[in-house]
Amino acid sequence: MSKIDLVLRELHRSENSLARTLLLMADRHRAEHEVFHVARDIAGWSQEHVERIVACAERRGLHISRSASAGAPAVVERVVQRASTAVTSRPETGLLLLADLRRLHRKAAGVSLDWEVLAQAAQAMKERDVFELASSCHPQTLRQMRWANAQLKVHAPQVIAS
Amino acid sequence: MRVDATSAGLSGTSGSDRIARPWGDRTPYGPGDEWPARTDVFLADGIGADDVERWVRTASVLHSNGDAMDIAVAGGRIVGVRGRAEDRVNRGRLGPKDLYGWQANNSPDRLRRPLVREGGRLVETDWDTAMARVVSRTRELLDARGPSAIGFYTSGQLFLEEYYTLAAIGHGAIGTNHMDGNTRLCTASAAAALKETFACDGQPGSYTDVDHADVIALFGHNAAETQSVLWSRILDRLAGPQPPRIVCVDPRGTPVAQAARSGGVHLAPLPGTNVALMNALLHQIIANDWVDQEYVDAHTVGYAELRDRVAQCPPEWAAQVCRVPAEDIRAAARVLGTAERLLSTVLQGVYQSHQASAAAVQVNNLHLIQGMLGRPGCGILQMNGQPTAQNTRECGADGDMSGFRNWSNGAHVTDLARHWNLDPFQIPHMSPPTHAMQIFRNVEQGTIALLWVSGTNPAVSLPELPRIRSVLARPFLVVQDIFLTETAELADVVLPAATWGEKTGCFTNVDRTVHLSDKAVEPPGEARPDLDIFLDFARRMDFRDRGGLPFPQWHDAESAFDAWAASTETRPCDYTGLSHARLRAAPSGIQWPCNAEHPDGTERLYGDGRFFSHPDECESYGRDLVTGAPLDLTEYRALNPDAKAILKAAEYLPPHEPIVDEYPFALITGRTLYHFHTRTKTGRTPQLQAAAPDVWVECSRADAARLGLDEGDLAEVSTARGSIRARARIGGIRDGVLFVPFHYGYWDTTDDAHDRAANELTPTDWDPVSKQPLFKTAAARITRVSPATGPAPAPTTAASYPVTAGVPPTAGATAETRGARR
Repeated sequence: MSKIDLVLRELHRSENSLARTLLLMADRHRAEHEVFHVARDIAGWSQEHVERIVACAERRGLHISRSASAGAPAVVERVVQRASTAVTSRPETGLLLLADLRRLHRKAAGVSLDWEVLAQAAQAMKERDVFELASSCHPQTLRQMRWANAQLKVHAPQVIAS
Repeated sequence: MRVDATSAGLSGTSGSDRIARPWGDRTPYGPGDEWPARTDVFLADGIGADDVERWVRTASVLHSNGDAMDIAVAGGRIVGVRGRAEDRVNRGRLGPKDLYGWQANNSPDRLRRPLVREGGRLVETDWDTAMARVVSRTRELLDARGPSAIGFYTSGQLFLEEYYTLAAIGHGAIGTNHMDGNTRLCTASAAAALKETFACDGQPGSYTDVDHADVIALFGHNAAETQSVLWSRILDRLAGPQPPRIVCVDPRGTPVAQAARSGGVHLAPLPGTNVALMNALLHQIIANDWVDQEYVDAHTVGYAELRDRVAQCPPEWAAQVCRVPAEDIRAAARVLGTAERLLSTVLQGVYQSHQASAAAVQVNNLHLIQGMLGRPGCGILQMNGQPTAQNTRECGADGDMSGFRNWSNGAHVTDLARHWNLDPFQIPHMSPPTHAMQIFRNVEQGTIALLWVSGTNPAVSLPELPRIRSVLARPFLVVQDIFLTETAELADVVLPAATWGEKTGCFTNVDRTVHLSDKAVEPPGEARPDLDIFLDFARRMDFRDRGGLPFPQWHDAESAFDAWAASTETRPCDYTGLSHARLRAAPSGIQWPCNAEHPDGTERLYGDGRFFSHPDECESYGRDLVTGAPLDLTEYRALNPDAKAILKAAEYLPPHEPIVDEYPFALITGRTLYHFHTRTKTGRTPQLQAAAPDVWVECSRADAARLGLDEGDLAEVSTARGSIRARARIGGIRDGVLFVPFHYGYWDTTDDAHDRAANELTPTDWDPVSKQPLFKTAAARITRVSPATGPAPAPTTAASYPVTAGVPPTAGATAETRGARR
């Protein structure tokens, strides 16, 4: 397997994981309505990226299982998360939100770096198909990161000050 | 019913029933002509023109049009109104709410004394006792928890001087970030769309664009009901030579839609699909090269991205998403793309729907790519919902900073602090001012412990009322209003306010026209102007500026206006050329910017293709149209270094609450011509109340036939949030969509049931860019409860017209025969 295929595999894993993180986050913070809705909207971007990575890999003769694709979080995970959202009116849920946003930002940053690596390599190796994949997906990853950062800026003052 | 429909009759020189004929007689005119004057008058029964002792000038506060009028005073009471023929906005015309709504001022159930909660009940008290409670709770919280424990939720109906004072007290003296207006519900997306495109709030167009346009496009804007005098102006063009063609986007068969069907185009998309429709219209404009490339190159950035985005959105694709014929989309695009002078207006059908700001921005794009801006007839009117919403925005009482300053630009904050003579660190600017929906979330979590509500009624107007009622039960709640509203009933302290006609101040309409509203009569009992209440609070709190002087440094409406005007120097909303004296002397309202350079005001913005969008000057660096995340200075400077307008592309996203088998209808809520907001005033106005006495639900003929629903049947409408009961109006709405007016709460019902307000049904979801709640994108079902006893209590004159025979027309003369349900 070429090393660029390894990067594709890694991106497939990390985008999958990012999509799952966003969906879990939405589930955990249903009472934070904007977090809930936007997290689900932009999880769609990661799910689409996963599909496009699989298709690109297939064109290169590399098979990546779709079964690992980002879907709904596993049942056990959902039960765990649901317990934390039962209390919608306690300030403590705010700290949980900050921790989740921080985790999301780090995860999206990881995916962003993976796209960076892929784009650089594809350019060097004249792999146009891969380069175009990276160029069209990477901006949305950056928007996911900026969203996590923006939400953190909005929520942190009230959570910490109160 | 508390109101007696027979207590006030119709008289005066207008001589016609303006309930039955809301837009009055036609005065046709042609393109480029001045709109002819027509003076509308209404005086109380038994009062003739000779009985009027004084005429006192003002403008309307029961919609956002800004109709100029004089109040008739006799015996210390308001006895009628007369339109001001000299005024640029209405040329003497008044709408039904203008003509009749003043009677609510004289209503016997006005709040006359402060109330405080004792043993679970609200009891009358004096001002000292009431204010002492507010002050001591504020002090306790400031000491124990700091300014972030205190929130303010204000209105779109106070005066400019009051908003500026509230902003100074909240953002300045207390230093809390938590201040917004109910303008969040009606006009936030207008402001957001202007900030995305022009990097600054400020209406580009003018009402006089109606006089010149050859195409007028109304996007989700039922002007016939929300701004009836503006619609009269359009009707007069339609009745004159070379009438404009109308493009209407609305799922209901509004009067606008009916006007569009002759020579124009009516598109009735499924709710929640506006971005898909707009992208397809732009697709056609670009594909047919109806583009002013020279203007685009000279004055905009972002064209390539917009072109690439809409290239993926052909009419056939949008037709599937919006469920409208592709040929209608092409026809509408042809009308828009071949216009010589295009005027577009936008309102709640866009602003309260899924992807609100993204869709409103595409209307701006429609004008920019055709270079249709800043010339007579070429205008954009991103409308307002409320009479003084523009001032809530300008003055910074609504999640903006005073004077369209940029909260993320340190120099702007420092400049504001200089005007206030406060430490810049005192003014919160670590993140955008907290929007209303987040304020209520903070109250729900208990991190805001004192909420001060002025001039609005969230217990009826906010979405998902079962949740809102539980939220309002949590904080120390101060409510400042003129009636004991549904919200006031939940308060710990109720402060009785004076209203329009009982206090002096200014306000600004949607086309930047500033009017002075003078005090005509004394307020009832001990009620006080909102300005006096805010200043009294500030003095009791002993707020001081850096020089040790009492803060705010002003003491009445005129000095507040002067302080405000001084603070707007060099800002886009420049009021430095205005004063109370100037406005009192001028025959007509004056449009800002008004300064030494433009002493008579400014009719249109951006005529020179120059914008207030330089990184150092702009109000906003913009936001991501999907996530709502703000851009930072570096990103903005890279995007738009040379102060151009910004063409922002948007991808269509499906609505968050899809239509499913259990909830097979799209539910939209909205307004009727005869009521304003939660009916606190219009429900106490006999003619208006009789014209639309109770809630109804609109359903199409085909859907009704399928469900076995007849005109007037009692129906239950349900969503995942709750249920209401309403009489069915079989009307001109598109198939698959239900409409319920949002005005009807519970102050005039006789039982304790919560089964009437449309907001029992609406979801808690908002546009991530403007933070405006979505009242027009929900999934619902409707079932028949019991047969009709008569027609639905819906007006027949406008969008809620019946399609079945046998419904008597709405008329003032028959008002007393139309009672309320309960």
